[in-house]
Amino acid sequence: MNITLDVDKCCAAGQCVLVAPEVFDQRDEDGIVVLLDAQPPAEQHAAVHEAAAICPAAAIQVDA
Amino acid sequence: MTVGRIAVVGASAAGLAAVEALRRGGWSGELTLVGDEPHLPYDRPPLSKQLLSGDWETDKLGLRTAEQLDALNMDVRLGTKATALDAGTRTLTLDDGDRLATDGVIVATGVRARTLPGLARLDGVHTLRTLDDALGLRTWLSGAPRRLVVAGNGVLGCEAAAVARELGHEVTLVGRDPLPMGRLVGDGVGALLAAEHERHGVRQLTGGLDGVETANGRVTGVRLADGGTLEADTVLLAIGSEPAVDWLRADAALDTADGLRCDEYCAAAPGVYAAGDVARWYHPGHGRHLRIEHRMNATEQAMAAAKNLLVELGVSQDERRPFTPVPYFWSDQYGMKLQAYGVLAGADRAETVLLDKEQRQVAALYGRDGQATGVLAAGLPPRQIRGLRAVIATPGPWEEAHQRLLAAVGAE
Ligand SMILES: Cc1cc2nc3c(=O)[nH]c(=O)nc-3n(C[C@H](O)[C@H](O)[C@H](O)COP(=O)(O)OP(=O)(O)OC[C@H]3O[C@@H](n4cnc5c(N)ncnc54)[C@H](O)[C@@H]3O)c2cc1C
Ligand code: SF4
Repeated sequence: MNITLDVDKCCAAGQCVLVAPEVFDQRDEDGIVVLLDAQPPAEQHAAVHEAAAICPAAAIQVDA
Repeated sequence: MTVGRIAVVGASAAGLAAVEALRRGGWSGELTLVGDEPHLPYDRPPLSKQLLSGDWETDKLGLRTAEQLDALNMDVRLGTKATALDAGTRTLTLDDGDRLATDGVIVATGVRARTLPGLARLDGVHTLRTLDDALGLRTWLSGAPRRLVVAGNGVLGCEAAAVARELGHEVTLVGRDPLPMGRLVGDGVGALLAAEHERHGVRQLTGGLDGVETANGRVTGVRLADGGTLEADTVLLAIGSEPAVDWLRADAALDTADGLRCDEYCAAAPGVYAAGDVARWYHPGHGRHLRIEHRMNATEQAMAAAKNLLVELGVSQDERRPFTPVPYFWSDQYGMKLQAYGVLAGADRAETVLLDKEQRQVAALYGRDGQATGVLAAGLPPRQIRGLRAVIATPGPWEEAHQRLLAAVGAE
Protein backbone atom coordinates (compact mmCIF):
# COMPACT_ATOMS: atom_id res chain seq x y z
CA MET A 1 0.00 0.00 0.00
CA ASN A 2 1.16 3.50 -0.82
CA ILE A 3 -0.63 6.63 0.43
CA THR A 4 -0.37 10.06 -1.13
CA LEU A 5 -2.04 13.25 0.06
CA ASP A 6 -3.27 16.31 -1.75
CA VAL A 7 -2.58 18.64 1.16
CA ASP A 8 -4.02 21.55 -0.81
CA LYS A 9 -7.47 19.96 -0.81
CA CYS A 10 -7.51 18.98 2.88
CA CYS A 11 -10.16 20.93 4.76
CA ALA A 12 -8.84 19.93 8.18
CA ALA A 13 -11.83 17.78 9.04
CA GLY A 14 -9.72 15.38 11.07
CA GLN A 15 -11.87 12.41 10.08
CA CYS A 16 -8.82 10.49 8.86
CA VAL A 17 -7.20 10.85 12.30
CA LEU A 18 -10.34 9.57 14.01
CA VAL A 19 -10.33 6.49 11.80
CA ALA A 20 -6.59 5.77 11.47
CA PRO A 21 -4.66 7.64 14.16
CA GLU A 22 -1.50 5.66 13.55
CA VAL A 23 -1.31 6.73 9.94
CA PHE A 24 -2.66 10.30 9.93
CA ASP A 25 -2.24 13.33 12.15
CA GLN A 26 -3.04 17.03 11.84
CA ARG A 27 -0.75 20.06 12.01
CA ASP A 28 -1.31 22.00 15.20
CA GLU A 29 -1.48 25.42 13.55
CA ASP A 30 -4.16 24.79 10.96
CA GLY A 31 -5.32 21.20 11.26
CA ILE A 32 -4.00 20.22 7.85
CA VAL A 33 -3.34 16.51 7.49
CA VAL A 34 0.10 15.02 8.14
CA LEU A 35 1.06 11.56 6.93
CA LEU A 36 2.74 9.54 9.65
CA ASP A 37 3.25 6.42 7.60
CA ALA A 38 2.98 6.33 3.81
CA GLN A 39 3.35 2.55 3.66
CA PRO A 40 1.53 1.28 6.71
CA PRO A 41 1.50 -2.39 7.72
CA ALA A 42 -1.31 -4.71 6.66
CA GLU A 43 -3.31 -4.40 9.87
CA GLN A 44 -3.80 -0.69 9.08
CA HIS A 45 -5.03 -1.17 5.53
CA ALA A 46 -8.74 -1.44 6.27
CA ALA A 47 -8.65 1.72 8.38
CA VAL A 48 -6.71 3.57 5.68
CA HIS A 49 -9.22 2.60 3.00
CA GLU A 50 -11.99 3.76 5.29
CA ALA A 51 -10.20 7.08 5.89
CA ALA A 52 -9.68 7.63 2.18
CA ALA A 53 -13.34 6.87 1.51
CA ILE A 54 -14.76 9.20 4.14
CA CYS A 55 -12.33 12.12 3.80
CA PRO A 56 -14.79 14.87 2.87
CA ALA A 57 -12.23 16.59 0.66
CA ALA A 58 -11.10 13.51 -1.29
CA ALA A 59 -7.55 14.43 -0.27
CA ILE A 60 -6.31 10.89 0.42
CA GLN A 61 -5.14 8.61 -2.41
CA VAL A 62 -4.40 4.96 -1.81
CA ASP A 63 -2.63 2.74 -4.34
CA ALA A 64 -3.18 -0.99 -4.00
CA MET B 1 -36.14 -12.98 -9.45
CA THR B 2 -32.84 -11.21 -9.77
CA VAL B 3 -31.80 -9.22 -12.81
CA GLY B 4 -28.23 -8.60 -11.74
CA ARG B 5 -28.28 -4.81 -11.69
CA ILE B 6 -28.10 -2.10 -9.05
CA ALA B 7 -28.77 1.50 -10.06
CA VAL B 8 -27.56 4.54 -8.18
CA VAL B 9 -29.34 7.79 -9.01
CA GLY B 10 -27.39 11.02 -8.52
CA ALA B 11 -23.74 11.16 -9.55
CA SER B 12 -22.25 13.33 -6.84
CA ALA B 13 -20.70 12.77 -3.42
CA ALA B 14 -23.26 10.26 -2.17
CA GLY B 15 -23.77 8.49 -5.50
CA LEU B 16 -20.03 8.04 -5.94
CA ALA B 17 -19.52 6.72 -2.42
CA ALA B 18 -22.42 4.31 -3.00
CA VAL B 19 -21.03 2.77 -6.18
CA GLU B 20 -17.59 2.44 -4.62
CA ALA B 21 -18.98 0.79 -1.52
CA LEU B 22 -21.08 -1.58 -3.64
CA ARG B 23 -18.01 -2.76 -5.52
CA ARG B 24 -15.89 -2.97 -2.36
CA GLY B 25 -18.70 -4.88 -0.72
CA GLY B 26 -18.67 -7.54 -3.39
CA TRP B 27 -21.29 -6.50 -5.96
CA SER B 28 -20.03 -7.94 -9.25
CA GLY B 29 -23.23 -7.53 -11.25
CA GLU B 30 -24.16 -4.59 -13.43
CA LEU B 31 -23.92 -1.19 -11.86
CA THR B 32 -25.56 1.87 -13.37
CA LEU B 33 -24.84 5.40 -12.19
CA VAL B 34 -27.33 7.99 -13.42
CA GLY B 35 -26.67 11.72 -13.06
CA ASP B 36 -28.48 14.65 -14.66
CA GLU B 37 -25.48 16.97 -14.61
CA PRO B 38 -23.11 16.62 -17.57
CA HIS B 39 -20.05 16.39 -15.30
CA LEU B 40 -18.23 13.50 -13.67
CA PRO B 41 -18.67 13.56 -9.86
CA TYR B 42 -17.18 16.74 -8.43
CA ASP B 43 -17.02 18.30 -5.00
CA ARG B 44 -19.45 21.03 -3.99
CA PRO B 45 -17.99 22.66 -0.85
CA PRO B 46 -15.17 24.38 -2.81
CA LEU B 47 -17.76 26.02 -5.10
CA SER B 48 -18.47 28.75 -2.54
CA LYS B 49 -14.84 28.86 -1.39
CA GLN B 50 -11.77 28.15 -3.53
CA LEU B 51 -13.60 28.04 -6.88
CA LEU B 52 -15.57 31.24 -6.39
CA SER B 53 -12.49 33.09 -5.14
CA GLY B 54 -10.50 31.96 -8.17
CA ASP B 55 -7.92 30.09 -6.08
CA TRP B 56 -8.88 26.82 -7.75
CA GLU B 57 -9.81 25.91 -11.26
CA THR B 58 -12.41 23.32 -12.19
CA ASP B 59 -9.85 20.53 -12.53
CA LYS B 60 -9.30 20.47 -8.76
CA LEU B 61 -12.93 19.66 -8.05
CA GLY B 62 -13.07 16.16 -9.53
CA LEU B 63 -13.69 13.57 -6.84
CA ARG B 64 -12.08 10.75 -8.84
CA THR B 65 -9.99 10.45 -11.98
CA ALA B 66 -11.42 8.89 -15.13
CA GLU B 67 -9.22 5.84 -14.53
CA GLN B 68 -10.53 5.38 -11.02
CA LEU B 69 -14.08 5.51 -12.33
CA ASP B 70 -13.25 3.10 -15.17
CA ALA B 71 -11.96 0.62 -12.63
CA LEU B 72 -15.46 0.43 -11.11
CA ASN B 73 -16.70 -1.05 -14.37
CA MET B 74 -20.05 0.72 -14.42
CA ASP B 75 -22.54 1.99 -16.89
CA VAL B 76 -22.35 5.76 -16.29
CA ARG B 77 -25.23 7.80 -17.71
CA LEU B 78 -24.45 11.47 -17.37
CA GLY B 79 -26.78 14.21 -18.56
CA THR B 80 -29.59 11.75 -17.89
CA LYS B 81 -32.42 12.34 -15.46
CA ALA B 82 -34.34 9.64 -13.67
CA THR B 83 -38.01 10.51 -14.12
CA ALA B 84 -39.73 7.77 -12.13
CA LEU B 85 -39.17 4.86 -9.81
CA ASP B 86 -41.63 2.03 -9.33
CA ALA B 87 -40.57 0.89 -5.89
CA GLY B 88 -42.65 -2.30 -6.00
CA THR B 89 -40.91 -3.68 -9.10
CA ARG B 90 -37.70 -1.66 -8.60
CA THR B 91 -37.96 -0.29 -12.10
CA LEU B 92 -36.33 2.99 -12.96
CA THR B 93 -37.43 5.22 -15.82
CA LEU B 94 -34.97 7.63 -17.42
CA ASP B 95 -35.64 10.74 -19.46
CA ASP B 96 -34.08 9.16 -22.55
CA GLY B 97 -36.97 6.70 -22.49
CA ASP B 98 -34.95 3.82 -21.09
CA ARG B 99 -36.50 1.62 -18.40
CA LEU B 100 -34.11 -0.25 -16.16
CA ALA B 101 -35.14 -3.32 -14.20
CA THR B 102 -33.02 -3.53 -11.05
CA ASP B 103 -32.50 -5.55 -7.90
CA GLY B 104 -31.85 -2.46 -5.90
CA VAL B 105 -31.78 1.32 -6.18
CA ILE B 106 -29.88 3.88 -4.15
CA VAL B 107 -31.41 7.34 -4.31
CA ALA B 108 -28.73 10.03 -4.04
CA THR B 109 -30.27 12.97 -5.84
CA GLY B 110 -29.40 15.60 -3.25
CA VAL B 111 -31.13 18.95 -3.11
CA ARG B 112 -31.64 21.83 -5.49
CA ALA B 113 -31.29 25.51 -4.81
CA ARG B 114 -34.57 27.22 -4.00
CA THR B 115 -35.42 30.13 -6.21
CA LEU B 116 -38.36 32.43 -6.70
CA PRO B 117 -40.76 32.00 -9.60
CA GLY B 118 -39.65 33.84 -12.72
CA LEU B 119 -36.18 34.72 -11.46
CA ALA B 120 -34.13 31.84 -12.75
CA ARG B 121 -33.39 33.26 -16.18
CA LEU B 122 -32.87 36.89 -15.25
CA ASP B 123 -29.50 38.52 -16.01
CA GLY B 124 -27.61 39.10 -12.79
CA VAL B 125 -29.62 36.72 -10.61
CA HIS B 126 -27.72 33.65 -9.45
CA THR B 127 -28.06 30.55 -7.34
CA LEU B 128 -25.11 28.51 -6.08
CA ARG B 129 -25.52 24.75 -6.07
CA THR B 130 -23.84 23.37 -9.16
CA LEU B 131 -20.49 23.85 -10.88
CA ASP B 132 -22.24 25.68 -13.69
CA ASP B 133 -23.89 28.01 -11.14
CA ALA B 134 -20.53 28.71 -9.52
CA LEU B 135 -18.73 29.36 -12.80
CA GLY B 136 -21.56 31.68 -13.87
CA LEU B 137 -21.37 33.67 -10.66
CA ARG B 138 -17.58 33.75 -10.76
CA THR B 139 -17.53 35.17 -14.28
CA TRP B 140 -20.06 37.77 -13.23
CA LEU B 141 -17.87 38.75 -10.27
CA SER B 142 -14.59 38.75 -12.18
CA GLY B 143 -14.70 42.30 -13.55
CA ALA B 144 -15.27 45.73 -12.04
CA PRO B 145 -16.78 45.93 -8.55
CA ARG B 146 -20.42 44.87 -8.46
CA ARG B 147 -23.16 45.81 -6.12
CA LEU B 148 -24.13 42.39 -4.80
CA VAL B 149 -27.06 41.51 -2.60
CA VAL B 150 -26.87 38.06 -1.05
CA ALA B 151 -30.39 37.02 -0.09
CA GLY B 152 -30.22 34.50 2.72
CA ASN B 153 -27.71 34.50 5.58
CA GLY B 154 -27.38 30.78 6.13
CA VAL B 155 -24.06 29.05 5.65
CA LEU B 156 -24.07 29.31 1.85
CA GLY B 157 -24.95 33.01 1.79
CA CYS B 158 -22.35 33.78 4.46
CA GLU B 159 -19.55 31.97 2.64
CA ALA B 160 -20.37 33.57 -0.69
CA ALA B 161 -20.66 37.02 0.88
CA ALA B 162 -17.23 36.61 2.46
CA VAL B 163 -15.60 35.59 -0.82
CA ALA B 164 -17.31 38.33 -2.83
CA ARG B 165 -16.22 40.91 -0.30
CA GLU B 166 -12.65 39.67 -0.44
CA LEU B 167 -12.83 40.04 -4.22
CA GLY B 168 -13.62 43.73 -3.65
CA HIS B 169 -17.35 43.84 -4.36
CA GLU B 170 -19.88 45.88 -2.43
CA VAL B 171 -21.83 43.24 -0.53
CA THR B 172 -25.10 43.37 1.38
CA LEU B 173 -26.14 40.25 3.26
CA VAL B 174 -29.88 40.10 3.91
CA GLY B 175 -31.51 37.40 5.95
CA ARG B 176 -34.58 36.72 7.99
CA ASP B 177 -32.37 35.92 10.93
CA PRO B 178 -30.88 38.96 12.69
CA LEU B 179 -27.53 37.14 12.96
CA PRO B 180 -25.64 35.26 10.23
CA MET B 181 -26.30 31.52 10.49
CA GLY B 182 -28.11 32.43 13.69
CA ARG B 183 -30.84 29.84 13.40
CA LEU B 184 -28.25 27.08 13.21
CA VAL B 185 -25.43 28.30 15.47
CA GLY B 186 -27.33 30.39 18.00
CA ASP B 187 -26.75 33.94 19.23
CA GLY B 188 -23.23 33.62 20.64
CA VAL B 189 -21.54 32.25 17.54
CA GLY B 190 -23.90 34.25 15.32
CA ALA B 191 -22.73 37.48 16.96
CA LEU B 192 -19.12 36.52 16.41
CA LEU B 193 -19.83 35.89 12.73
CA ALA B 194 -21.73 39.16 12.44
CA ALA B 195 -18.72 41.02 13.84
CA GLU B 196 -16.47 39.25 11.35
CA HIS B 197 -18.63 40.22 8.36
CA GLU B 198 -18.87 43.76 9.72
CA ARG B 199 -15.10 44.01 10.13
CA HIS B 200 -14.67 43.03 6.50
CA GLY B 201 -17.18 45.59 5.34
CA VAL B 202 -20.24 43.49 4.54
CA ARG B 203 -23.46 45.39 5.14
CA GLN B 204 -25.96 43.24 7.05
CA LEU B 205 -29.72 43.67 7.06
CA THR B 206 -32.57 41.73 8.56
CA GLY B 207 -35.50 41.01 6.32
CA GLY B 208 -37.20 38.58 4.02
CA LEU B 209 -36.94 38.69 0.26
CA ASP B 210 -40.06 39.69 -1.65
CA GLY B 211 -38.71 39.85 -5.18
CA VAL B 212 -36.34 41.68 -7.47
CA GLU B 213 -36.64 44.88 -9.47
CA THR B 214 -35.66 44.73 -13.12
CA ALA B 215 -35.09 46.96 -16.11
CA ASN B 216 -34.60 45.56 -19.63
CA GLY B 217 -34.26 42.00 -18.42
CA ARG B 218 -31.54 42.84 -15.90
CA VAL B 219 -31.78 43.02 -12.18
CA THR B 220 -31.59 46.51 -10.68
CA GLY B 221 -32.52 45.85 -7.08
CA VAL B 222 -34.10 43.71 -4.44
CA ARG B 223 -37.52 44.18 -2.82
CA LEU B 224 -37.78 43.26 0.82
CA ALA B 225 -40.82 41.88 2.58
CA ASP B 226 -41.15 45.04 4.71
CA GLY B 227 -41.50 47.13 1.54
CA GLY B 228 -37.94 48.45 1.45
CA THR B 229 -35.72 48.15 -1.59
CA LEU B 230 -31.98 47.73 -2.13
CA GLU B 231 -30.12 48.66 -5.28
CA ALA B 232 -28.17 45.80 -6.82
CA ASP B 233 -26.72 44.74 -10.14
CA THR B 234 -26.12 41.22 -8.89
CA VAL B 235 -28.28 39.05 -6.64
CA LEU B 236 -27.35 35.71 -5.16
CA LEU B 237 -30.33 33.72 -3.98
CA ALA B 238 -29.14 31.66 -1.03
CA ILE B 239 -32.61 31.04 0.36
CA GLY B 240 -32.34 27.35 1.06
CA SER B 241 -32.84 24.17 -0.84
CA GLU B 242 -35.42 21.61 -1.81
CA PRO B 243 -34.79 17.87 -1.84
CA ALA B 244 -34.73 16.51 -5.40
CA VAL B 245 -37.66 14.12 -4.98
CA ASP B 246 -39.95 15.37 -7.78
CA TRP B 247 -39.19 12.20 -9.76
CA LEU B 248 -40.28 9.98 -6.86
CA ARG B 249 -43.63 11.61 -6.21
CA ALA B 250 -45.66 9.36 -8.50
CA ASP B 251 -45.09 6.30 -6.30
CA ALA B 252 -47.43 6.57 -3.33
CA ALA B 253 -45.42 3.95 -1.46
CA LEU B 254 -42.65 6.51 -0.95
CA ASP B 255 -42.92 9.35 1.55
CA THR B 256 -41.35 12.41 -0.05
CA ALA B 257 -42.67 15.13 2.24
CA ASP B 258 -39.18 16.42 3.15
CA GLY B 259 -36.68 14.32 1.29
CA LEU B 260 -37.14 10.58 0.93
CA ARG B 261 -38.19 9.10 4.26
CA CYS B 262 -36.21 6.03 5.30
CA ASP B 263 -35.92 3.74 8.28
CA GLU B 264 -32.81 3.41 10.44
CA TYR B 265 -31.18 1.24 7.76
CA CYS B 266 -31.62 4.03 5.18
CA ALA B 267 -34.26 1.94 3.42
CA ALA B 268 -37.33 3.65 1.96
CA ALA B 269 -38.86 0.40 0.65
CA PRO B 270 -37.57 -3.13 0.05
CA GLY B 271 -34.51 -2.80 -2.19
CA VAL B 272 -34.76 1.00 -2.23
CA TYR B 273 -32.27 2.97 -0.16
CA ALA B 274 -31.34 6.64 0.06
CA ALA B 275 -28.27 8.59 1.09
CA GLY B 276 -26.96 12.14 1.30
CA ASP B 277 -28.80 15.44 1.27
CA VAL B 278 -31.99 13.85 -0.07
CA ALA B 279 -32.37 11.20 2.66
CA ARG B 280 -34.47 11.68 5.76
CA TRP B 281 -33.78 8.67 7.90
CA TYR B 282 -34.48 7.60 11.46
CA HIS B 283 -31.45 8.09 13.70
CA PRO B 284 -31.99 5.80 16.70
CA GLY B 285 -29.45 7.69 18.81
CA HIS B 286 -31.38 10.93 18.41
CA GLY B 287 -34.76 9.25 18.39
CA ARG B 288 -36.03 11.16 15.38
CA HIS B 289 -35.78 11.49 11.64
CA LEU B 290 -32.91 13.64 10.43
CA ARG B 291 -32.00 14.99 7.03
CA ILE B 292 -28.48 16.29 6.93
CA GLU B 293 -27.06 18.52 4.21
CA HIS B 294 -23.38 18.07 4.96
CA ARG B 295 -20.61 16.73 2.83
CA MET B 296 -19.36 14.16 5.31
CA ASN B 297 -22.80 12.64 5.77
CA ALA B 298 -23.19 12.09 2.03
CA THR B 299 -20.24 9.72 2.00
CA GLU B 300 -20.91 7.97 5.29
CA GLN B 301 -24.57 7.42 4.62
CA ALA B 302 -23.95 6.16 1.10
CA MET B 303 -21.49 3.60 2.46
CA ALA B 304 -24.01 2.49 5.07
CA ALA B 305 -26.88 2.29 2.59
CA ALA B 306 -24.78 0.31 0.12
CA LYS B 307 -23.73 -2.19 2.78
CA ASN B 308 -27.30 -2.68 3.95
CA LEU B 309 -28.56 -3.15 0.42
CA LEU B 310 -25.91 -5.84 -0.18
CA VAL B 311 -27.06 -7.66 2.97
CA GLU B 312 -30.66 -7.47 1.82
CA LEU B 313 -29.70 -8.87 -1.58
CA GLY B 314 -27.77 -11.70 0.06
CA VAL B 315 -24.45 -10.57 -1.43
CA SER B 316 -23.02 -9.89 2.01
CA GLN B 317 -23.44 -12.28 4.93
CA ASP B 318 -23.25 -9.43 7.45
CA GLU B 319 -26.28 -8.06 9.22
CA ARG B 320 -27.99 -4.83 8.27
CA ARG B 321 -26.86 -2.08 10.63
CA PRO B 322 -28.71 1.05 11.68
CA PHE B 323 -26.98 4.21 10.46
CA THR B 324 -26.04 6.17 13.59
CA PRO B 325 -23.33 8.66 12.65
CA VAL B 326 -21.94 11.58 14.59
CA PRO B 327 -22.60 14.19 11.91
CA TYR B 328 -19.80 16.61 11.04
CA PHE B 329 -19.68 19.86 9.13
CA TRP B 330 -17.36 22.76 8.57
CA SER B 331 -17.62 26.21 7.08
CA ASP B 332 -14.89 28.63 6.04
CA GLN B 333 -15.49 32.37 6.24
CA TYR B 334 -12.56 34.77 5.89
CA GLY B 335 -9.76 33.10 7.85
CA MET B 336 -12.20 31.50 10.21
CA LYS B 337 -13.10 27.81 10.17
CA LEU B 338 -16.19 26.62 12.00
CA GLN B 339 -16.42 22.91 12.75
CA ALA B 340 -19.33 21.11 14.32
CA TYR B 341 -20.15 17.60 15.47
CA GLY B 342 -23.55 16.19 16.17
CA VAL B 343 -26.89 17.85 15.58
CA LEU B 344 -27.34 21.61 15.92
CA ALA B 345 -30.59 21.92 13.99
CA GLY B 346 -33.73 21.98 16.07
CA ALA B 347 -31.89 22.91 19.29
CA ASP B 348 -33.93 24.61 22.01
CA ARG B 349 -30.81 25.53 23.94
CA ALA B 350 -27.36 26.81 23.04
CA GLU B 351 -24.51 27.92 25.22
CA THR B 352 -21.42 29.63 23.90
CA VAL B 353 -18.02 29.73 25.56
CA LEU B 354 -16.08 32.63 24.10
CA LEU B 355 -12.47 31.73 24.79
CA ASP B 356 -10.73 34.58 23.02
CA LYS B 357 -12.66 37.16 21.07
CA GLU B 358 -9.62 38.66 19.32
CA GLN B 359 -8.41 35.26 18.17
CA ARG B 360 -11.99 34.25 17.41
CA GLN B 361 -11.69 31.17 19.59
CA VAL B 362 -15.07 29.83 20.55
CA ALA B 363 -16.83 26.64 21.55
CA ALA B 364 -20.57 26.08 21.85
CA LEU B 365 -22.95 23.38 22.99
CA TYR B 366 -26.41 22.70 21.52
CA GLY B 367 -29.25 20.54 22.65
CA ARG B 368 -32.94 19.96 23.15
CA ASP B 369 -35.20 18.40 25.75
CA GLY B 370 -32.42 18.51 28.35
CA GLN B 371 -30.03 16.53 26.17
CA ALA B 372 -26.86 17.83 24.55
CA THR B 373 -26.83 16.94 20.85
CA GLY B 374 -24.15 19.04 19.17
CA VAL B 375 -20.94 21.03 19.59
CA LEU B 376 -19.31 23.70 17.50
CA ALA B 377 -15.82 25.15 17.67
CA ALA B 378 -13.66 27.67 15.88
CA GLY B 379 -10.06 28.69 16.30
CA LEU B 380 -9.09 25.76 18.53
CA PRO B 381 -6.20 23.34 17.96
CA PRO B 382 -7.24 20.25 16.00
CA ARG B 383 -6.68 17.89 18.91
CA GLN B 384 -9.13 19.82 21.07
CA ILE B 385 -11.68 19.95 18.29
CA ARG B 386 -11.47 16.21 17.74
CA GLY B 387 -11.84 15.79 21.50
CA LEU B 388 -15.13 17.67 21.41
CA ARG B 389 -16.66 14.95 19.30
CA ALA B 390 -16.70 12.62 22.30
CA VAL B 391 -18.75 15.16 24.28
CA ILE B 392 -21.85 14.56 22.15
CA ALA B 393 -21.07 11.29 20.34
CA THR B 394 -24.20 9.97 22.00
CA PRO B 395 -26.73 12.57 23.15
CA GLY B 396 -26.60 12.80 26.95
CA PRO B 397 -27.66 15.02 29.85
CA TRP B 398 -26.96 18.71 29.28
CA GLU B 399 -25.08 19.48 32.49
CA GLU B 400 -22.72 16.57 32.13
CA ALA B 401 -21.94 17.43 28.53
CA HIS B 402 -21.44 21.06 29.47
CA GLN B 403 -18.84 20.13 32.08
CA ARG B 404 -17.05 17.89 29.62
CA LEU B 405 -17.06 20.63 27.01
CA LEU B 406 -15.49 23.08 29.45
CA ALA B 407 -12.88 20.51 30.41
CA ALA B 408 -12.11 19.70 26.78
CA VAL B 409 -11.39 23.35 25.94
CA GLY B 410 -9.61 24.04 29.24
CA ALA B 411 -12.19 26.55 30.50
CA GLU B 412 -13.35 24.94 33.74
C1 LIG C 1 -21.71 25.82 -2.51
C2 LIG C 1 -21.80 24.73 -1.48
C3 LIG C 1 -20.92 24.74 -0.40
C4 LIG C 1 -20.97 23.72 0.57
N1 LIG C 1 -20.10 23.76 1.60
C5 LIG C 1 -20.13 22.78 2.54
C6 LIG C 1 -19.22 22.80 3.64
O1 LIG C 1 -18.39 23.70 3.78
N2 LIG C 1 -19.29 21.79 4.55
C7 LIG C 1 -20.20 20.78 4.45
O2 LIG C 1 -20.23 19.90 5.31
N3 LIG C 1 -21.07 20.73 3.41
C8 LIG C 1 -21.06 21.72 2.46
N4 LIG C 1 -21.94 21.67 1.39
C9 LIG C 1 -22.92 20.57 1.32
C10 LIG C 1 -22.38 19.36 0.54
O3 LIG C 1 -21.82 19.77 -0.66
C11 LIG C 1 -23.53 18.41 0.30
O4 LIG C 1 -23.93 17.91 1.55
C12 LIG C 1 -23.18 17.25 -0.63
O5 LIG C 1 -22.84 17.71 -1.89
C13 LIG C 1 -24.33 16.27 -0.72
O6 LIG C 1 -24.05 15.28 -1.63
P1 LIG C 1 -25.22 14.45 -2.35
O7 LIG C 1 -24.50 13.52 -3.26
O8 LIG C 1 -26.13 13.93 -1.32
O9 LIG C 1 -26.08 15.50 -3.15
P2 LIG C 1 -25.67 16.47 -4.35
O10 LIG C 1 -24.24 16.86 -4.21
O11 LIG C 1 -26.69 17.54 -4.39
O12 LIG C 1 -25.79 15.57 -5.66
C14 LIG C 1 -26.99 15.11 -6.16
C15 LIG C 1 -26.82 14.89 -7.65
O13 LIG C 1 -27.97 14.25 -8.17
C16 LIG C 1 -28.38 14.90 -9.35
N5 LIG C 1 -29.82 14.65 -9.55
C17 LIG C 1 -30.87 15.24 -8.93
N6 LIG C 1 -32.05 14.73 -9.37
C18 LIG C 1 -31.72 13.79 -10.30
C19 LIG C 1 -32.50 12.90 -11.11
N7 LIG C 1 -33.84 12.86 -11.04
N8 LIG C 1 -31.84 12.08 -11.96
C20 LIG C 1 -30.47 12.08 -12.02
N9 LIG C 1 -29.71 12.90 -11.28
C21 LIG C 1 -30.31 13.74 -10.42
C22 LIG C 1 -28.04 16.34 -9.08
O14 LIG C 1 -28.00 17.11 -10.26
C23 LIG C 1 -26.68 16.19 -8.42
O15 LIG C 1 -25.66 16.08 -9.37
C24 LIG C 1 -21.92 22.68 0.43
C25 LIG C 1 -22.81 22.70 -0.64
C26 LIG C 1 -22.75 23.70 -1.60
C27 LIG C 1 -23.72 23.70 -2.75
S1 SF4 D 1 -10.13 13.62 6.57
FE1 SF4 D 1 -9.38 14.57 4.70
S2 SF4 D 1 -9.86 16.71 4.92
FE2 SF4 D 1 -9.98 15.80 6.94
S3 SF4 D 1 -7.94 16.12 7.85
FE3 SF4 D 1 -7.97 14.11 6.91
S4 SF4 D 1 -7.19 14.53 4.84
FE4 SF4 D 1 -7.77 16.47 5.65
